[in-house]
Amino acid sequence: MEIKQLHLPVSEEELCKLNAGDIVEITGVVYTSRDAAHKRFCDLLKEGKELPIPVEGLAMYYVGPTPAKPGRVIGSAGPTSSYRMDPYSEPLLQQGLKIMIGKGPRSKALKDMLVKYKAIYISAIGGAAASISESIKKCDLICYEDLGAEAVRRMEVEKFFGIVTYDTKGGDLFEQEIKKYKKI
Amino acid sequence: MIREIDVKDISMHVENMLIDACENIPNNVLKALEDAKAKEESPLGKEVIDRIITNDLLARNSHLPICQDTGVVVVFVEVGYDVHFNGDIYEAINEGVRNAYTKGYLRKSVVRHPLDRVNTKDNTPAIVHVEFVPGDKVKIDVAPKGGGSENMSSVHMLIPADGLDGIKKIIMDTVFNGGGKPCPPIIVGVGIGGNLEKSAILAKKALFREIDDESKDPILNKLEKEIKDEINMLGVGPMGFGGTQTCLAVKINCYPCHIASLPVAVNIQCHAARHKSIIL
Ligand code: SF4
Repeated sequence: MEIKQLHLPVSEEELCKLNAGDIVEITGVVYTSRDAAHKRFCDLLKEGKELPIPVEGLAMYYVGPTPAKPGRVIGSAGPTSSYRMDPYSEPLLQQGLKIMIGKGPRSKALKDMLVKYKAIYISAIGGAAASISESIKKCDLICYEDLGAEAVRRMEVEKFFGIVTYDTKGGDLFEQEIKKYKKI
Repeated sequence: MIREIDVKDISMHVENMLIDACENIPNNVLKALEDAKAKEESPLGKEVIDRIITNDLLARNSHLPICQDTGVVVVFVEVGYDVHFNGDIYEAINEGVRNAYTKGYLRKSVVRHPLDRVNTKDNTPAIVHVEFVPGDKVKIDVAPKGGGSENMSSVHMLIPADGLDGIKKIIMDTVFNGGGKPCPPIIVGVGIGGNLEKSAILAKKALFREIDDESKDPILNKLEKEIKDEINMLGVGPMGFGGTQTCLAVKINCYPCHIASLPVAVNIQCHAARHKSIIL
């Protein structure tokens, strides 16, 4: 299995070269957020205020990790289902967000947005959370501590395993692969 | 003779079982994953299952949670008629949950109210089902149930004319529409009969059966195998990336129902099928 190295931040040109089905290892900075933080981001943008994190050209990882045990950077930290973030995604894409990392299928509307804003969606393996935590080398709390696991964190990742799921051209890994094995 | 049980023991066992459940995948689940890996036809699907197995072993050996979603705690308690507790059994269970999730570095994923959504910060309350049975023993089954797979579950009030075909259609649609969201390969718990709430509890209870447990009801036994094979023809595959191994097992429980009804509940369990049990 060929693995492409994806170093963040990434240029739009490089991003457009990635195709649904490409296996990648991501190295660089990702910010984390889930439902509750997304809602706050969108409320801020609606009020015309600034976001507490930079998003332009960056990657967002949908994760709510377990607390770090003593001596560890972070606890288990696998992806959460991405479709729940669909209703909040357009304002962030408008701000220049380029990569979303999560798990599972998303709406048609979201796929269309990725084409429009030239962004991609990468899947991590759901439930492989202990292994994934090994590729997180640094983790800092940035804001919304009151949200507990849902607080926003800045993570430095190294060789974080992912699969390009929706690309900038409308490519959809789920659609392409499931039909190959569907027998009924 | 009435047997006295100290609720402090209940708290202690619940705490230990939950930490253990979150870090230690059951061997029979691991075996089912190994079998699925061997059978998977999609190369990416095989790679995904391989990585899940590697993760589960790392979690076990390094005492890390298998998955970051350490769930809402579901507990089934079977209480013998001849047992007396010296305190509040529900509070004792919640005390065990509180201790497990704070001391065990597990994620707190419960909000106190579905609309104000403020985190309770200790993962309480648990969802507790109590049943009375003959004898003087207490059986406690705990499962940290993740939100991703729970969200892909459903209850349907079919009518008798829908029959077996109707039931199968509901199950297939639920699994196919869930796609990669509930982290396949999944285990499918089905409750048939009862009424609205009974069918849901049956489906949940079906998921508490061991993964290699076979139904003693000959009709359901056959159906469980048949439906598993059909689900694996849907093509969803590991994490929804396509493949032949969408489902590790189907468990069906049933109960008598009204002449007008055919309730069917489908409860989805992800590959992180965490469950522990003890008899006191
Ligand atoms: S569905 Fe299961 S394996 Fe997937 S993230 Fe949720 S708890 Fe973890």
